Amino acid sequence: MNKTLNYIREKFFSSPIDAFLTISISYLIYLTIPPLLDWMFISATFSGESKKECVSGGACWVFVKIWFNRFLYGMYPNDEVWRVNLPFGILVVSIIVYRFLNEKYKKYLFLFLIIPFPILSLMLFSGGFLGLMPVETREWGGLFLTLVISIFAIIFCFPLGVLLAMGRRSNLPVVRYFSVGFIEFWRGVPLITVLFMAGVMFPLLLPAGTNMDKLVRVIIAITLFEAAYMAEVVRGGLQAVGRGQYDASKAIGMGYWKSHIFIILPQALKLVIPGIANTFIALFKDTPLVFVVGLLEILGMVNLAKTNPAWLGMATEGYVFVALVYWIFCFAMSRYSLSIEEKLKTTN
Amino acid sequence: MSFLKNKVERIDQYLSDHPRIKFVLPQALLFAFLILIVGYFSFNASTNLEARGIDTGFSFLNKKASFDIQFSLIEFDSSMTYGRAYLVGLLNTILVSVIGILFATILGFIFGILRLSSNPLASGLATSYIEFFRNISLLLQIFFWYFTVLRFLPQTENSIVLFDSIYANIKGVYFPKFVWTNLSFLIYGLIFTFVSIYFFNIYARKLRENTGKILPQFLISLGILIILPTLVVFIFGVGVEFSHPKLEIKMGIANYIGGSSIIPEFLALAFALSIYTSTFIAENVRAGILGIDKGQKEAAASIGLTNAQVLRLVVIPQALRIIIPPTTNQYLNLTKNSSLAAAIAYPDIVLVFAGTALMQTGRAIEIVTITMLTYLTLSISISIFMNWYNKKVSLTER
Repeated sequence: MNKTLNYIREKFFSSPIDAFLTISISYLIYLTIPPLLDWMFISATFSGESKKECVSGGACWVFVKIWFNRFLYGMYPNDEVWRVNLPFGILVVSIIVYRFLNEKYKKYLFLFLIIPFPILSLMLFSGGFLGLMPVETREWGGLFLTLVISIFAIIFCFPLGVLLAMGRRSNLPVVRYFSVGFIEFWRGVPLITVLFMAGVMFPLLLPAGTNMDKLVRVIIAITLFEAAYMAEVVRGGLQAVGRGQYDASKAIGMGYWKSHIFIILPQALKLVIPGIANTFIALFKDTPLVFVVGLLEILGMVNLAKTNPAWLGMATEGYVFVALVYWIFCFAMSRYSLSIEEKLKTTN
Repeated sequence: MSFLKNKVERIDQYLSDHPRIKFVLPQALLFAFLILIVGYFSFNASTNLEARGIDTGFSFLNKKASFDIQFSLIEFDSSMTYGRAYLVGLLNTILVSVIGILFATILGFIFGILRLSSNPLASGLATSYIEFFRNISLLLQIFFWYFTVLRFLPQTENSIVLFDSIYANIKGVYFPKFVWTNLSFLIYGLIFTFVSIYFFNIYARKLRENTGKILPQFLISLGILIILPTLVVFIFGVGVEFSHPKLEIKMGIANYIGGSSIIPEFLALAFALSIYTSTFIAENVRAGILGIDKGQKEAAASIGLTNAQVLRLVVIPQALRIIIPPTTNQYLNLTKNSSLAAAIAYPDIVLVFAGTALMQTGRAIEIVTITMLTYLTLSISISIFMNWYNKKVSLTER
C-alpha cells in the first residue's frame, strides 16, 4: 500500500508543476472522455434505415451503415463490386503470405506484385473484355480510389525518386542541375496547385483531340510531386553511406550502375526506411486533395453524402468514420515500417 | 542471349576506353530530351490556344475583375483589377500562414516538452495528441473544424460576448476596430525605439568585452521600450478610438456592422494548420532536447549555474540548433498547406486566383504559372530567412 502511494507521489506529484499538470489533465479527461464515449457508443444509434431512427442524441451510425458501400467504392456499380474486392483480397493475402515465404519465392512474389498484378487489377477494375461491364474511372471513388491513387503513385514515385537522388549527386553537370531544379521546383509548390495544373493546364499541353484520363493525370501529378520528396529522403541515405564503399566497389571493377544497384543503394535505402515510410504516409494523407479535379475519394464521398437532403447534419459521424479509416492506415504503415527496420537492422 | 551480352560488354568496354564520350553522351541525351519535351508542349499549347481563340499574355491582370472577395486586408471591390485580386489573395495566404506558424510553434513546444515529462499522465496526453492529429489527413481536419466544431457557435442574435466588446457567432468573430490618429508618428517612434535598443545592446556588449563593466542590459532596454513610445504618444498627440461592432437587424436578418471581423473560414483553417503542424514540431522539439548530452547539463551545474540558467544558457541554445532546420521545413509545409483554404472557400491565392479568376478568364497556363511561382518565391524566402537565422545560432567551432 505504502509502495503504491509512494509511486503515485513520485510519478504524479513530484513538484508543484507536476501536481498542477496531473490535476488539470485529469479534469480535462473527466470533461471530455465520458461525453465522447456516451456520444459514440452509449446513446448512439446503430440500427435503422433512415435519419428518423436517430433520436437518442448520440451519434447516428445508421448514416455510415447506409452509405458504407458508397464510402468504400464510390459510384462503382453494386453488382460489380467483387471486381474491386478480388484484387485487394489477393493483395492482403499476399502481404500476409509474404512474411512466411523463404527468400527465393519472396523475390518472385514481389516481382509479381509490382509488375503484372497492378496491370491485371486495373484491367479488372475497368472491364470491357470477356463480357465484363466497362466501368469508367469517373465512377470509381471512395476508399477504393484512395488506395488506387496511393498504390500506383507509390509504385511509380519510388524508382523516380531514387533516380533523382542519384542524379543530384551525379558528376555530370546537366544531370545534376536538372535533378536539383526538378526536386526544388516540386518541393516548393503545394500539391493543390500541381493538381490544378494536372486538371486545367495539362490538357492544353497535349495535342488537340487527345483525351488523357483524369485519374491518369492525377496519378502522374502526385507521382512527380512525391518523387521529389522521396529523392531528398534517398539522398540522405546516399550521403550516409561511407566513401569507402564507393571506392571499394570501384576497386573491384564495378561500374556506376553496378556499384549503385548492388552495393550502395541496398545500404542507403536501409538507412532511410523511416523517411521512406513517412513519404508514403504523407502521400496517402494527401489523396483527398484530388477533389480539386472532381474525383471523389473517401472524404469526397462523405462530403457528398452529408449534403444529401435526407441526411443533413451528419457531417460529424462521416468525418469521424473517415478519420478512423485514415488513422488505421497511417498507423499501420508506420508500425509496419518499424518492423521492417527492426528486421533489417544489422550489427556492424 | 549470349550474343546480346557480348554486345553490351563491348559497348561497356568502348565507353570506359573513351571517358570523354561517357561524360558528354548522357548529358547530351538528357538535354535533347528536355528540349524536345518543352518544344512539344509549347507547340501543342500554342496550337490549342489558337484553335480556342484564347489570346495569351499577362494583360488580363489590368482588367476589371467584377467579382467580390469576402475577406481582405486591403480594400477591394468588384471594380478593381485582377492584379489587385491577386494581391488580396496573396495577403490572405500570408496572414493565415503567419498566424498558423505562430500558434504551431507555441503548441509544438508545449507538447514536445510535455511528452518528455516524467509524469505519465502528461506524457500520455502529449503522445496521444501527437499520434492522433498527425495521422489524419489535414483536409479532413479542416473540414472537421469548419463543418462540425464551428457550427456549434450560436446564431447572430445570441452571440457569445467576451469582455463586452468581442462577439462570436456562426458568421465569425467581431471585435472593435482601432481608429488611430497620427498613427504614422507612432510607427516611426517604434522603429526608432527598436533601432536604439539594438545599438544600445551592441554598445553594452562592447563595453563588457573591453572593460568588463556590466550594464543592466535587460532593464535599460525595457526602459527605452516603455519611455520612448510614451513620449512619442504625448508629444505628437497619437490617439486611439475603438469603433465597436453594433448589432443591426435589417429585414429580419441580424448582422454586426462596424468594427473588424474574422470569418469562420479563417478560424477553421488556422486551427487545423496550427494543430496539424504542431504535432511535427513537437517531435522536432523532443528530438532536440533528447539530443543534448547529459554531460552538458551536469557540467553546467558543476560550475554553479542555477537550474534556470542551465536551461537558458546551456540547454536551449544547443537544442535550438537541432530543432531549427527540421522546423523550417514544417514552416514551409504549413505555408504550402494553407492552399487547402480553397476547400472551405477561404479567399487565399488559390481560391481567388487559381479558382475564380481562372474560371472567368480561362487563362489556365498564365494563372497556374503565376500561382506556382508565387509559392516558390514564398518557400524560397522563408528558407533563406531561416538559413540566415540558423547560421546565426549554429555552432562556431574554433
